[in-house]
Amino acid sequence: MVNVNNVSKTYQEVKVVDGVSVHIKKGKITSFIGSNGAGKSTLLSMVSRLIPKDEGSVLLDGEEITSYDNRELAKRLSVLKQSNNIKVRITVRELVSFGRFPYTQGKLKDEDKKLIDESIHYMNLEAFEDRFLDELSGGQKQRAYIAMVIAQDTDYILLDEPLNNLDMKHSKQIMKALRRMVDELGKTVVIVIHDINFASCYSDHIVALKDGKCVYEGTTEEMISNDVLREVYDMEFNVCKIDGNRICVFFT
Amino acid sequence: MGYNKKLVLLLSLSVLSIVLFVFWDIGEYWDYALPRRLEKAWAIVMTGAAIATSTVIFQTITNNRILTPSLIGFDSLYVLLQTAIVFFLGGGTLVMMNNQFHFLLSVGLMVVFALLLFLFIFKREGKNIYFLLLIGIILGTFFSSISDFLQVLIDPNEFLIVQDAMFASFNNTNTELLLLGGVLLLCATLYLLRYAKYLDVLSLGKEEAVNLGVDYDGVVKRLLGIIAVYVAVATALVGPITFLGLIVANVAHEVFKTYRHNYLIPGAIFVSIFSLLTGQWFVEHIFTFSTTISVIINFIGGIYFIYLLIKENDAW
Ligand SMILES: Nc1ncnc2c1ncn2[C@@H]1O[C@H](COP(=O)(O)OP(=O)(O)OP(=O)(O)O)[C@@H](O)[C@H]1O
Ligand SMILES: [Mg+2]
Repeated sequence: MVNVNNVSKTYQEVKVVDGVSVHIKKGKITSFIGSNGAGKSTLLSMVSRLIPKDEGSVLLDGEEITSYDNRELAKRLSVLKQSNNIKVRITVRELVSFGRFPYTQGKLKDEDKKLIDESIHYMNLEAFEDRFLDELSGGQKQRAYIAMVIAQDTDYILLDEPLNNLDMKHSKQIMKALRRMVDELGKTVVIVIHDINFASCYSDHIVALKDGKCVYEGTTEEMISNDVLREVYDMEFNVCKIDGNRICVFFT
Repeated sequence: MGYNKKLVLLLSLSVLSIVLFVFWDIGEYWDYALPRRLEKAWAIVMTGAAIATSTVIFQTITNNRILTPSLIGFDSLYVLLQTAIVFFLGGGTLVMMNNQFHFLLSVGLMVVFALLLFLFIFKREGKNIYFLLLIGIILGTFFSSISDFLQVLIDPNEFLIVQDAMFASFNNTNTELLLLGGVLLLCATLYLLRYAKYLDVLSLGKEEAVNLGVDYDGVVKRLLGIIAVYVAVATALVGPITFLGLIVANVAHEVFKTYRHNYLIPGAIFVSIFSLLTGQWFVEHIFTFSTTISVIINFIGGIYFIYLLIKENDAW
C-alpha cells in the first residue's frame, strides 16, 4: 500500500500540488485523472521520488519512500514518465535489458534474458527488438519504454500517460496487459490517464485532481458519474451503460 | 564492423603513433634522445587518456555532447589555482621541492571545486546545459584573467623559475610530475571502476537512473570528483587544451554509435592518444616547432564546436 499524506509542491510561488492525500491500494489499478496542468505528473513524480516534495510524506508499505535503499526500492517500484527522451543510440532490446539493472547491476543471467524476452513479447515488439530507438515511431517507442518497466518486475508500477501515442489496438492491449498483471501477478498499478473511458473500463479506483488539489477519490463506480466528472473537468458528460461498462459521451 | 574490431583498429593506430613519435629520426645519440622522448610520449599518453575519459564521463552525466570539463572552465581553474599558490606561498629556492606539494594542493582544491559545482549547479532542479555552458564560459574567462593578473604581479625572477615547471605545454611537458601524476591517475581510475557500471544507466538520463535504483546524487558527486583529478593531472602535465576532449568524445560516439562505456571510453582514449601524438609529431618534424599542437587542436575543435552548436539548434 502507498499512503500519500498531505503532499505539496510549489513552483514559482504557485502550489501546483496542494496538500494531496491519497491511498493507493495494493493489487488494484488506480487512475489519476484531471485536466492539463492539474498536477497529476507532479504528484506521480513525487510519489515515485523522481522529484523532491516540499511538504508531506509518501509511505510505501509504511516506510517513507525517500528513506529506502535506492536499489531495493527499484526492485519494488518502477516509474515511467510522461515524456521520455533518451538521447543515446540504443536498441529496443538493450533498453528493455536496463529494466533488469536493479537486480543484475549490468550482468545479465539466463533468467534475466527470459524476462526480457517475455517483456518484449508482452508489448508485441519482437519485430523491432534490434532496431534503434530513434528509428521507431512514437507508439513503438512508448511500447519499448513500457516493456522496460515490465522487465523491471516490480510490485508497484507507476505510469504517466502510458497510452501516449498509441493507437486503439495497442491502447487496449496495454490496458489488458496491466489488468492481467494486477489480477494474475498481484501487481499494483498507478496510471495517469486522459482517456476517461479507458479509465472507466479498466481501473478499480480513481483519483481526480483539479488545480493541484484532490477533489474526488473513490471507486470507479462512484467516480464515473455526470456530477463528479462535470466538477472535475468543467464540462458536460453523459455517462451511459453499454455492455456493462460505464461509457462517457462528451464529444459533441 | 564489430565494436571489438573497431577498438583493435584504434588501439593499433595509437600504438603506431607512439612508435612513430618515439623512434622517428632518432639519430645517433639515441641513448640521449630515447629516454626523453619516452618520457614525453608517456606524459602525452596519460594526458590524452585523462582528457578523453573525463570528457566522456562528463558528457554522460550532463546528457549532452557539447559541454566538456574544459569548456566550463575546469582547466583554467587549475591554472588559476597553481598561479595563486605560487603567488601566495612563493616560489624561491624551494621551488623544486615544493612543486609536487603545489600540485597535490591544486588537485585537492580542484576536487573541492567540483563538489561546489555539484552543490550549486547539478543539484538544482531543471538544470539547463546552455545555462551551465554560459556560467562555465564566464567562469573560465574570469579564472584566466585572474591568473594573468596574478602572474603579472609575481616577482619576475620567481615567475621565470616556476613557470617552466608549473605551466607546462606540449613542447615543454612537465616530466617532473610524471610519477605523481601517474599514481593519481591510477587511483582515480581504480575508484572510477567501482562506479563504472552506473555510467551506462546515467546516459539514459537522471529520471531513468533514479528509477533503476542508482543513488544519483552520490554517484554524480563522486564522478565529478574523479573528473576533477583527471583534468588537474592532464593540465599539470601539458597545460590546457580546450577542445581536445570535445573532439575525441564526439569521434568515439560517432565511431561506436552506442551508449556502452566499455567501448566509448577506451575508444575515446585511443583516438585521443593517436591525435595528440601524430599532431605533436607534425609539430616537431614538419612545422619544426613553428606552431603548437594546442593551436591546431583548438582551431579544428573550435570549428567543430560551432558545427555542433548549429546542428543542435536545428534539432529543436
Ligand atoms: N518544473 C516545473 N517548473 C515550473 N512549473 C512546473 C514545472 N513542472 C510543472 N509545472 C507546473 O505545474 C503544473 C502541474 O503540472 P503537471 O505536469 O503536474 O500537470 P499534469 O496534470 O500532468 O498535466 P498534463 O495532463 O498536461 O500532463 C502546471 O501548471 C505546470 O505548468
Ligand atoms: Mg502530466
